[in-house]
Amino acid sequence: MFYRLSGVYHTSYATERALWPVPSDRWQVGIVLALAIAAPFVLPSLYLTSYVLPWIVWSAAALSLTLLMGIAGQLHFGFAAVMAIGAYTSIHLTRAGLPFELALLGAGLAAASIGCVFGAAALRVKGLYLVIATLAMQYLVDWFIINVPAISGGAQATLQTPDVSLLLVPLGSDTANYYAALLWTVLVTVLVLNIKRTSFGRALVAIRDKDYAAAVIGVDIFRYKLLAFFTSSFLGGVTGAFLAFAYYEAVTPEQFSFDVSIQLVAMVLVGGLGSVIGAYLGAAFVLLLPIVLTHVVASLAESGHLPVSSSLMAHIPLMAYGALIIGFLLYEPLGLAKIHDNVRKYFLVWPFRHTQS
Amino acid sequence: MDPAYFVELFINGALTGLMYSLAALGIVLIYKSAGVPNLAQGAMIMLSGYLVVLFTSGAGLPLYLSIPLAAAAMFGFGLLAERLLLRRMVGQPIIMIVMLTLGLEIFLRGLVPGVLGAAPQSLDIGIGLAPIIVHGIFINRAYLVGGGVAVVMIAAALLFFRTHLGTRLRAVSDSHVSSWSVGISVERAIGISWGLAGMSALAAGTLWGSVQGVDWTLSALLFPALAVVILGGLDSVWGVLAGGLAVGILGSVVPGFVDPLVGGSTRDVVTSLIILLTILMRPYGMFGREDIERV
Repeated sequence: MFYRLSGVYHTSYATERALWPVPSDRWQVGIVLALAIAAPFVLPSLYLTSYVLPWIVWSAAALSLTLLMGIAGQLHFGFAAVMAIGAYTSIHLTRAGLPFELALLGAGLAAASIGCVFGAAALRVKGLYLVIATLAMQYLVDWFIINVPAISGGAQATLQTPDVSLLLVPLGSDTANYYAALLWTVLVTVLVLNIKRTSFGRALVAIRDKDYAAAVIGVDIFRYKLLAFFTSSFLGGVTGAFLAFAYYEAVTPEQFSFDVSIQLVAMVLVGGLGSVIGAYLGAAFVLLLPIVLTHVVASLAESGHLPVSSSLMAHIPLMAYGALIIGFLLYEPLGLAKIHDNVRKYFLVWPFRHTQS
Repeated sequence: MDPAYFVELFINGALTGLMYSLAALGIVLIYKSAGVPNLAQGAMIMLSGYLVVLFTSGAGLPLYLSIPLAAAAMFGFGLLAERLLLRRMVGQPIIMIVMLTLGLEIFLRGLVPGVLGAAPQSLDIGIGLAPIIVHGIFINRAYLVGGGVAVVMIAAALLFFRTHLGTRLRAVSDSHVSSWSVGISVERAIGISWGLAGMSALAAGTLWGSVQGVDWTLSALLFPALAVVILGGLDSVWGVLAGGLAVGILGSVVPGFVDPLVGGSTRDVVTSLIILLTILMRPYGMFGREDIERV
């Protein structure tokens, strides 16, 4: 129906290797992009700033992490710390008078260089040990940020973001913030989509599948593991800066705590490891489902259909979120991306579902 | 440097460390037989603390009844967790299993305080609050009892791995396929190890609950427990003892001298550094067995 494959003939290698060889996929991407651009004019500002904007920014974060975890296969449970480094660096650089564009670059580089230190652990260990090593580094970075007043501005301090402008447009209004975040997310999306098609991406995939085997066929695993951490942390750092400037408009260490790292990993896993559309779907699911569920239960409780205590209400997001992780791992380990793919494949040949797609 | 201050920090640190070992024992029990890293141990400790409070103050049972009851409940919880969650994950990549246990941790962290009350509840197990004073050195009585229980539990675990059942569990940890071929029920063995981990969580939950009260913060014991098992070796019961002592002593002595200088809680930093340095220098810990990986 929507996806008709008929009439799609590849007469050159270039068309077959295109990002979206099926025309209807191209149409869909175009429509989604158009909707995203039109969103500030269509949606009420409350929805824009409290749902769409965080979704966009967290999608960029999930994309940065999926590059590392899904494509390169390096587990990272301290990604919030990397984003925190980016956020704090960008704030201090803009406060020092640098233009925002340069501050973003600095944020990315600072996050990337410290991210490579995280990567140093990956050169030595993998799997569970890498998980715990990155987790320990998250605690260390948190502690440094909180306890060095020059970074955090003192204990319990909140740093307001200064007024900046990106590409001559001053940030601060809802629309400008949204477009800045959208611009960055589209950039990251295009980058991650294309990385899989480069020699760099193929080297990372080889390392993910088996690093010794990759070394045997001539992939320099030392270099590529570090490069994977560098690239992903760079993107994560800049995303952290966008998160601070476009969404929170202030930073505190709690915004980048260990729980946030877990949330990011959950986004990547729920969405589907290594999948671009999965990063978007996962971010939406992990961000919105607890909110939606709390609203539903709250309205049920108010109407008297469901007796719930306030203490239970307060814990619903946490429960939803743990249940989400468990449920997806048990029933759809490949995540929302796989569900999307199933639906797409079904419609690709609809109504002839017994044909091979 | 005041030697008495040092000795006090050292002794109390060692006792705290033994209580960390108690929290860490469950992780080792499961890893040793199932090869699964159990990141839900923190939440299991919290759950067992809540259960003991529920049986004593909630149902009004005496302590000597409620602890066996909670032990049975935790054993059942362990069996259930294995049957419903972990058994489906056999053969999956490690990230899936790590995330599953972490998901369980998060879920319980929401469910248990949500249902049983988030406010800290006190758990009195009849240990006095007055410290024991030896030559002017203050020793926390609860930590002393906890350390004693930890030593007993670790000794029991060591002996257990020499019994018939324990030998079967060790065989399962060596190779699932070989164990099946000689007629060991791998599923049941792993289930039992989860049950035992639940019971060791009960010991940790009761003792830590009596020290710091029962609320969600009990599950934060996961972090020092991870440091203990990483330092000691994920599959070594001796490692739990040694790792616990090391983490406890370093986590008490170093902050005792460094905290006044930097004005911050350095205990987590020491724990993180222990984890990091162990992983970078000797990933398999002091007593852990090194895995040989084949392509």
